[in-house]
Amino acid sequence: MIENPRADELVDAVAKWIDSIRPSLPPRDAFLARVAANVLSVVKREILLGPQADAAAVERLSQLLGVSGDVNTLNAVLCERLRSGDMDAETPGLLAALKANITDQIAIDQPNYSATGS
Amino acid sequence: MEVDISEGLLALAPKLGFATVSEVQRLSAGASMETWAFVAEGPEGRQEMILRRRPGPFDEESARSTSLATEAALITAAHAAGAPVAPLVRLCQPEDGLGEAHITMRIAGETLGRKIVTDPRFEAIRPALAGQCGRILAQIHSIPPGAMPLKSADAIGELDRYETLYRSFGTERPILELAFQHLRKHAPEPMPEVLLHGDFRNGNLIINESDGVAAVLDWELSHLGDPAEDLSWLCVNSWRFGVSSKPVGGFGDYQDLLDGYAAASGIEIPLSRVRYWQALGSLKWGVMCLLMYSSYASGATTSVERPMIGRRVSETEIDLVNLLEAGL
Repeated sequence: MIENPRADELVDAVAKWIDSIRPSLPPRDAFLARVAANVLSVVKREILLGPQADAAAVERLSQLLGVSGDVNTLNAVLCERLRSGDMDAETPGLLAALKANITDQIAIDQPNYSATGS
Repeated sequence: MEVDISEGLLALAPKLGFATVSEVQRLSAGASMETWAFVAEGPEGRQEMILRRRPGPFDEESARSTSLATEAALITAAHAAGAPVAPLVRLCQPEDGLGEAHITMRIAGETLGRKIVTDPRFEAIRPALAGQCGRILAQIHSIPPGAMPLKSADAIGELDRYETLYRSFGTERPILELAFQHLRKHAPEPMPEVLLHGDFRNGNLIINESDGVAAVLDWELSHLGDPAEDLSWLCVNSWRFGVSSKPVGGFGDYQDLLDGYAAASGIEIPLSRVRYWQALGSLKWGVMCLLMYSSYASGATTSVERPMIGRRVSETEIDLVNLLEAGL
């Protein structure tokens, strides 16, 4: 993988440019430009944190389910077991694994989202 | 058909009891509903007003939301029940030339949830808001539905509706899957139906420093159902605007909301019932976020907002896990 520049740096550069022109835009475009910059911040975090989050999710889910596969396959297997009633909220380790996975996902999607006390 | 709003309002001014209309200004850019602000002026003074109109066709029979005529009837009934609303000025008639529309007073205050939970100017009023919301919901729930064409929804019906939508996306989200199964298994015993606001949350309330809740807005999702549905939607973490330690709208506590409701209605709603519906609310919002993303994925819309909102599903998932961990 090319490191000069890295993909996250390219994304960051575009986000900075969008921020620099935002004040000159009419209100609707200024709003959409802010959304666009937020989109790029998600992409940047996914580049930086995604592989590690996926690997950790695979580890947790394969342990929970006793099968192997990529994260999409494992999520599909888990959904099937929940649908069939083989697993539910009482299943030991289930909520802990789901919480760890979604905590990693929130760190990518919305790191400032406050979920304490929800 | 293009409608000249300024011209239409100007022609309507005498029927509103005013000589003229000025400062006509479009507020929202929503595709299905337009909101316009204007000022009506006459010998007796000036009055700020709001025009809400639907530019396209609408079939109340098949739609999830109400017609503007039903919304006008709801606002009038809520006003009579003592709930704070922006009072109805006129339900527009075909001869007004404005299409499906109604006009209400414009009420001064703040609607932005983030400001309501953080701005120092609301610091003094904030502790009173949860109890006030409880009392207002009791007033709304006391409205006799009469001849209003409102639909009914219970927990199982809502789960069916949203699960069908979720399945149509073909996605595999274990937390949403678990929530559907869990909420289906643990649905509370049905209660007598009441008239619900249907979208009672921080963001649809006008707040000011002196009155607290000065008006309840956006009546179009009103329906008949479980009183806990309205009480809980206000508590969904997505509407706490970052102040998740205050479960009621980011400004108050459960007990104040429930006490306010009980004092005004005589009906004690257990917290567990609210927490159940709160989880159902998070689940519904998660599916709605997926729906908004799917309108981008299918090519129906192109705005950058739509795919981005798809990344808000995870907020509802972490809230659902927390609720399940706490035993709801």
